[in-house]
Amino acid sequence: MPKLTIDDLEKIREEAEREMKVREGGACRAKINVHMGTCGIAAGARGIMAALMKEKGSRGLDDVLLTSSGCAGLCSQEPMITVEMAGQAPVKYVNLTEAKVREIFEKHVQGGVIVSAYALGIGSERTEP
Amino acid sequence: MDEQATPTTYRLYLMVCAGTGCVSNHSFEIRTALETEIRKHGLEKEVSVVPTGCNGFCERGPILVVQPGDIFYQQLTVKDIPHLVEEHFLKGRPVAKLMYSPPAAKAPIPVLNDIPFFKKQVLIALRNRGLIDPEKIDEAIARGGYKALVKALTEMSPEKIISEVTLSGLRGRGGAGFPTGLKWQLVRNAISANGGRKYVVCNGDEGDPGAFMDRSILEADPHAVIEGMTIGAKAIGATEGFIYVRNEYPLAVERLGVALRQARDYGLLGADILGTGFDFDIQIKRGAGAFVCGEETALLASIEGRLGEPRPRPPYPAQSGLWGKPTCINNVETWANVPPIISRGSKWYSGIGTPTSKGTKVFSLVGKINNTGLVEVPMGITLREIIYDIGGGIPNGKAFKAVQTGGPSGGCIPKDQIDLPIDYESLSAAGSMMGSGGMVIMDEDTCMVDVARYFLSFTHDESCGKCTPCREGTKAMLDILTRITEGKGTEDDLPLLEELAQTIKDTALCGLGKTAPNPVLTTLRYFREEYEAHIRQKKCPARVCRQLNVYTIDPQICVEKGRGCDVCRRNCSSEAITGRKNEAHAVIQSKCIKCGVCYDVCAFGAVKVD
Repeated sequence: MPKLTIDDLEKIREEAEREMKVREGGACRAKINVHMGTCGIAAGARGIMAALMKEKGSRGLDDVLLTSSGCAGLCSQEPMITVEMAGQAPVKYVNLTEAKVREIFEKHVQGGVIVSAYALGIGSERTEP
Repeated sequence: MDEQATPTTYRLYLMVCAGTGCVSNHSFEIRTALETEIRKHGLEKEVSVVPTGCNGFCERGPILVVQPGDIFYQQLTVKDIPHLVEEHFLKGRPVAKLMYSPPAAKAPIPVLNDIPFFKKQVLIALRNRGLIDPEKIDEAIARGGYKALVKALTEMSPEKIISEVTLSGLRGRGGAGFPTGLKWQLVRNAISANGGRKYVVCNGDEGDPGAFMDRSILEADPHAVIEGMTIGAKAIGATEGFIYVRNEYPLAVERLGVALRQARDYGLLGADILGTGFDFDIQIKRGAGAFVCGEETALLASIEGRLGEPRPRPPYPAQSGLWGKPTCINNVETWANVPPIISRGSKWYSGIGTPTSKGTKVFSLVGKINNTGLVEVPMGITLREIIYDIGGGIPNGKAFKAVQTGGPSGGCIPKDQIDLPIDYESLSAAGSMMGSGGMVIMDEDTCMVDVARYFLSFTHDESCGKCTPCREGTKAMLDILTRITEGKGTEDDLPLLEELAQTIKDTALCGLGKTAPNPVLTTLRYFREEYEAHIRQKKCPARVCRQLNVYTIDPQICVEKGRGCDVCRRNCSSEAITGRKNEAHAVIQSKCIKCGVCYDVCAFGAVKVD
């Protein structure tokens, strides 16, 4: 790969910023972020990820983006996922099991209805920079 | 619209939502299907299809409202339409299964920033936590990653970078709190013999029990550290850097490796970074898990491939570090704070915190606390806010007793100091220290003598053995503490412990030894009566030191409630319980080994511990 110039870096930033936003009418209907720090993995995040991949495959929802990130801070309530439907605020789900994420996939990701029983909160954390 | 121009001529109006939400949910197809079916049944003179603007109920789209009657159909699919048209619009029987039924009083979902755990946190070092895929550099860049590097490489001189960091008030997050800008200045000023090479090092040898701040940053946002180190390298004039990270952090090592490769591929590391002519690269050095290697001189020795043992300072690494060259060594969290300081300026950063401790600090909240986790809070926040607001208090309605900050090098802070503000000075004044950020919460069931013994056994184990005060002193202290917890303590033990503690503090070679007595000194300072109870009454007030416990069985409860169930006798491994089914049981004290199994298995509360 050729080395970047400062302009290239800005282009990547703009493009990646656009891609990370799950926009209404965009390429994907939803983004599911599985929190996979050591704490999440120890609590079973790999099984959660596998269950989500299976749900996505069996329902044929190619427009659901599955991604992973690190610890979200609340280690005692792992495994945790964040579901972001296109054009809507992200929702954090906690204390998950594979059965719970299957239900979330069906009701929230496919049906559009937040499963409030497993939801911790809606929106994002305040970050300074 | 023709339909709206002649409204009175129709029997039914089908309002199909054509808002963006419903359109992306295929409401146009629904409309087409409706019109097709209506024509098929010859209803086009009676039923009109009307596209409307956004109904506002997008989450249930596509939506169809039938007028008159306000019948609300939701989440329609094209294959529902033939049935719907035939049943409702032809035969007049509304289709209940396609209608919307409001959910029965479901609990409202709170906004994340209203949840106490998140509300009081200020994320600077953890700015990208849970938001980016740490293995995709583009996502880090999208969140502002490497912006500060561009600024540092193109607009700022090394002196300007250092003065920005100095003015920000950032202090080392590894524990001691040395001003970061001053350290950088010292390394910049230092003259490197033979060739002028200098190094930057990231200390990721996090070893305190219950601490996982550095691991979490490296796992969630490795680019924050890489960018910080590159800025630091430009400031002090280094071309090479090392990240020393424990091999017990496999995920951190892996993600760091991926991040370094991706940064190198983009030319954000290596020769001529971003075409600015600045060269810098970073290597990972994996530590084998010796706690002492978190001490800077031992860490540098370990990077060089020598035995991980500390050496006397001065000279400090700023003068003579890796291979005798000036070396700037900072902790993971310190490096992660650098990019935001450069991007947003020292003024913004120094506006957060207290007069002497600026910015935020990451803590890992563990022990007897409801919300175990990783928190980043502004300096100056009180322990009470961390424990009760963010941490959610103590589980099972127990009372808060003390909090250990600074790991095995820190000390216990008792409940009457719970309103202590968190900053370097006030924690030191309380006999503890900021440390790297482990915060172990203890409840009323914790024995403070046992806690001190635990931490001493840790430092004794981890002592490298190079200097006598640490090697022999921690052993002597541990022996005394163990004796006290076994009920064999004497009145002379406490003054002896204090004398040993002071001697080790004064004479040990490195920080490990110098701080090892802190847990003993602080528990003696705040919980002396617990030590005295162990020594004089041979009692452990928290009932933790089992050798001091006496187990008895209340014969009345045993018979009346438990009908002499015999479970305790059957579970007693030393045959120290007598009794038969339906009769009162009793403990033979001379045979009892104080294992506590009878107490644990009795379902009727008949076994008493004193």
